[in-house]
Amino acid sequence: MNDNDLGDPDFLALIDADGRVEPRDAMPDAYRASLVRQIAQHAHSEIIGMQPEGNWIGRAPSLRRKQVLMAKVQDEAGHGLYLYAAAETLGVDRSELLDKLHTGRHKYSSIFNYPTLTWADMGAIGWLVDGAAIVNQVPITRCSYGPYARAMVRICKEESFHQRQGFEILHTLSRGTPAQHAMAQDAVDRWWWPSLMMFGPPDVASPNSARSMRWGIKRFSNDELRQRFVDMTVPQSQALGLTLPDPELAYNADSGHWRTGPMDFTELYEVVQGNGPCNAARMAHRVGAHQRGAWVREAAAAYADKHRAGDREAA
Amino acid sequence: MTATPSREWPLWEVFVRARRGLSHGHVGSLHAPDAAMALRNARDLYTRRQEGVSIWVVPADAISATSPDEKDAFFDPAADKTYRHPTFYSVPEGVEHL
Repeated sequence: MNDNDLGDPDFLALIDADGRVEPRDAMPDAYRASLVRQIAQHAHSEIIGMQPEGNWIGRAPSLRRKQVLMAKVQDEAGHGLYLYAAAETLGVDRSELLDKLHTGRHKYSSIFNYPTLTWADMGAIGWLVDGAAIVNQVPITRCSYGPYARAMVRICKEESFHQRQGFEILHTLSRGTPAQHAMAQDAVDRWWWPSLMMFGPPDVASPNSARSMRWGIKRFSNDELRQRFVDMTVPQSQALGLTLPDPELAYNADSGHWRTGPMDFTELYEVVQGNGPCNAARMAHRVGAHQRGAWVREAAAAYADKHRAGDREAA
Repeated sequence: MTATPSREWPLWEVFVRARRGLSHGHVGSLHAPDAAMALRNARDLYTRRQEGVSIWVVPADAISATSPDEKDAFFDPAADKTYRHPTFYSVPEGVEHL
């Protein structure tokens, strides 16, 4: 990779000095495009991510669990909005980003294309999916693009409750009846490998990583972050009394790391290509919600217009 | 499907006073059809955990800003005036409360 393709010397000097790029600064077109793609994909993931959990709000086992789940799903809407706002500082329109999501030209995290079959999935998502998201997101609080980094500071603060509430759900189920324990184990069995895939393809097959690293958008490689997550999570699984579905998972004393068995990335690629269990349902629901909400957006705009006209007459 | 609404809601910049005694600080932006909705949306988006006691919303296009391209020239006049800082002055040893 040649530095000339990555930006002019002033821009790269700013990056090298760990400086921050702000919205109206000059920046390479490819840097801008890469950020729009990443931030929009991240925003879309938050918005689509409301669906698997929204599925269980009406069936939460207690009022406390229901309040918590509603607060969590509301946070995800908020995270999506922080991120869309950050993307818009790069000169794109909100409607353009939504349109790209709705027509499949933008992607969202594949993890949300798996179904939530039981209440224990709320626990596994909070513990594993949000846990993996936190590991991915914490380094982005130091991303070179200021608005993205600032949005991520807010998001990371809010995510820690998400992970803890998930852990608490699994901990409660794991110590419950044998059927509840089995339900918790089944959820972990289904969510463990997809959570590891959230870190993306292995470094040797990650085409944009080097450029993102050079630009200070990405601070650690996919495999480094995945390893960090595994090392954090294995002791937590022991505290839960649940096993992780990997017979080869073992502690390597030389490296001080937990090593997993080989990962089957063909499944990840299938889901990314749109062939996961819920891709079509997620998208149909999102587009339907957007269409059904059109009259609300139009009514609010008409009301605002009417009152603006009233203000002019009064003045 | 209608890809875009006939007219997009305008963008508002949001400023929040975290607690009494502090000034409002910029926290982000949002879309809303009018000021009243912008304030309500800002409450739901930026103060879900009691992050503020007062909110300002300002239409984004009402903000005038310095240009990043001219920032060196624009802020130049202050660059060579170190005598505006107390550390510029020497004080004899032993003199206090100065």
